[in-house]
Amino acid sequence: MFVHFFHELKKANVPVSLREYLMLLEAMDSDIIERRVEDFYYLSRAALVKDERNLDKFDQVFGHVFKGLDLINEGQTAEIPEEWLRKLTEKFLNEEEKAQIEALGGWEKIMETLQKRLEEQKKRHEGGNKWIGTGGTSPFGAYGYNPEGVRIGQKEGRHGKAVKVWDKREYKNLDDSVELGTRNIKVALRRLRKFAREGAPTELDLDDTIKSTAHHGYLDIKMVPERRNKINLLVFFDIGGSMDSHIKLCEELFSAARTEFKNMEYFYFHNCLYEGLWKDNRRRHNEKMQTWDVLHKFPADYKVIFVGDATMSPYEITYAGGSVEHWNEEPGGLWLERVAQIYESCVWLNPVAEKHWEYTPSLQIIKQIIGDRMYPLTLEGLDKAMRELSR
Amino acid sequence: MKFEGTKNYVATEDLRVAVNASITLQRPLLIKGEPGTGKTVLAEEVAKALDAELITWNIKSTTKAHQGLYEYDAVTRLRDSQLGDERVKDIRNYISKGKLWESFERDKRPVLLIDEIDKADIEFPNDLLQELDRMEFYVYETNETIKARVRPIVIITSNNEKELPDAFLRRCFFHYIKFPDEDTMRAIIDVHFPGLKGKLVQEALNIFYEIREVPGLKKKPSTSELIDWLKLLLSEDISPETLREKDPSKLIPPLHGALLKNEQDVHLFERLAFLARRERN
Ligand SMILES: Nc1ncnc2c1ncn2[C@@H]1O[C@H](COP(=O)(O)OP(=O)(O)O)[C@@H](O)[C@H]1O
Ligand SMILES: [Mg+2]
Repeated sequence: MFVHFFHELKKANVPVSLREYLMLLEAMDSDIIERRVEDFYYLSRAALVKDERNLDKFDQVFGHVFKGLDLINEGQTAEIPEEWLRKLTEKFLNEEEKAQIEALGGWEKIMETLQKRLEEQKKRHEGGNKWIGTGGTSPFGAYGYNPEGVRIGQKEGRHGKAVKVWDKREYKNLDDSVELGTRNIKVALRRLRKFAREGAPTELDLDDTIKSTAHHGYLDIKMVPERRNKINLLVFFDIGGSMDSHIKLCEELFSAARTEFKNMEYFYFHNCLYEGLWKDNRRRHNEKMQTWDVLHKFPADYKVIFVGDATMSPYEITYAGGSVEHWNEEPGGLWLERVAQIYESCVWLNPVAEKHWEYTPSLQIIKQIIGDRMYPLTLEGLDKAMRELSR
Repeated sequence: MKFEGTKNYVATEDLRVAVNASITLQRPLLIKGEPGTGKTVLAEEVAKALDAELITWNIKSTTKAHQGLYEYDAVTRLRDSQLGDERVKDIRNYISKGKLWESFERDKRPVLLIDEIDKADIEFPNDLLQELDRMEFYVYETNETIKARVRPIVIITSNNEKELPDAFLRRCFFHYIKFPDEDTMRAIIDVHFPGLKGKLVQEALNIFYEIREVPGLKKKPSTSELIDWLKLLLSEDISPETLREKDPSKLIPPLHGALLKNEQDVHLFERLAFLARRERN
């Protein structure tokens, strides 16, 4: 049973080692916990998970192994943004109902009603736990839907009555690691790592020099290699829209690279950089931060990487109000210029094959703004980009 | 003996299991979580509950692993030797013990808190692996091995500023303090203000969780800020009614200085209040 559990965790990419497994067995042998499944859940979690980003994966595997629950694949559930739900409501409720709900008062009630609707829908699809969004109207249409995976509103308790702790998926938002897929990207990462570690001259170790001098009675200079992880990185990901097919690739790169740098910060934008950025795409509509604040916060010695296809209508770059999502006071191009001005080291990685570049005007504009430092998201392109960043 | 939380500290079930596992199996316990969620206080309370001495090692960005073992002051010794000081003959005079060493010397099992380990260099935890595993280390200057008389309970906290090395993580039990939900928060409040009136707490909690949801805050207020704020509300005799007032011009909660410690966050709030006023007019 435990061995199975252990293997399932490994399969779900929770990095568990034999050492931890033995630690858990040892813990089971001593009388730390009572014979409650919750206690076992807590104990195994404390022994096997060492990073909050893996807690959600752990919860899913636990539920799956110990309750025979269906494991939900990443990508099959989506946190559903409130905005989309609002839109959906319009679709689901007829005028009469809408009026009723107005009368009932407020969004909260609407939410509850909506959730009931969705549950009914699920039942009707006999055993089907997938539910496909309304054709084309929602960016989430392609994702399956699982009511348990959806959190509506902020207070968890309301919907979580009978749900087991691990089924609450409380740590979902902490999982920022995406499983590495293609071989290609692994090699790319190795190169990224190399970049992070290169350029390490030696520096004087004052403490050791003094110590050694004191020992020997003559001046004995000691050198140490410079600390490895000196590089500070700021990454901006284009998310949504025409970028969707590339998001996965980008996030793999990003999730695997983060430990290699002294500091690595990432932000999301959509199509072009504007006055607002966000860190959690599921909450992009609620938790935007000021681009200015970001630019002020991170010093000019940060190296900047944009990842995006730079494919859009040119208006989205050159005109105020050109953004497809909101009213932007200043053109996106101006924001890109600002970044390029503040951060000397700056590159753009583009997943679009280079041969298509010349046919996309918006791409050309951005390439120009960024000082021609746009590279395709290939091994070679990555190498070139990193070389550019280490100059 | 089991840790069950204390009258001053609300320990959720999962936290208690993690603490007890770490005590029983004598492995370090790594605690992570937002600042102000009670990581440091946990170590203090565990020590109190077990009637053990607490030895705290506060980590800074410049802290080196060996400083937890001992430091050898060769410079002073060199100077002393030039001045012909007698002390110079015994190298022990120049060795000062670190916190780990201190904790190894105790006859009764102490709690060793390594606070904010992520502040140090990323190699720091790895440099302590052997010592924490075996609970012994070697002093080259004096050719002696220092071995723990009893293995201390080791609690390590991290604010997640840096990743910690895998080899280190594999040896620890781990607990992530999830930000307290409303019920847990009520219990925590009750610990700090026994019997505090329901209405005020409710209004304060509403505002508190609302503020935490405001997008773009640099530093979300945490448990410690909530407690400071409540203290102020009480001492200024602010009524629940004042708190509840939905007048948008009063969007900034009274005595907000305790909740928003960051100037930019205060600005953000003032801006929001301004917008709300403009909307109304
Ligand atoms: N679970 C809790 N029970 C009681 N008090 C708590 C709890 N969590 C936090 N606090 C209060 O919040 C304050 C901050 O805790 P602290 O341990 O300094 O946070 P951290 O080390 O995580 O930054 C403490 O003064 C403590 O009184
Ligand atoms: Mg602390």
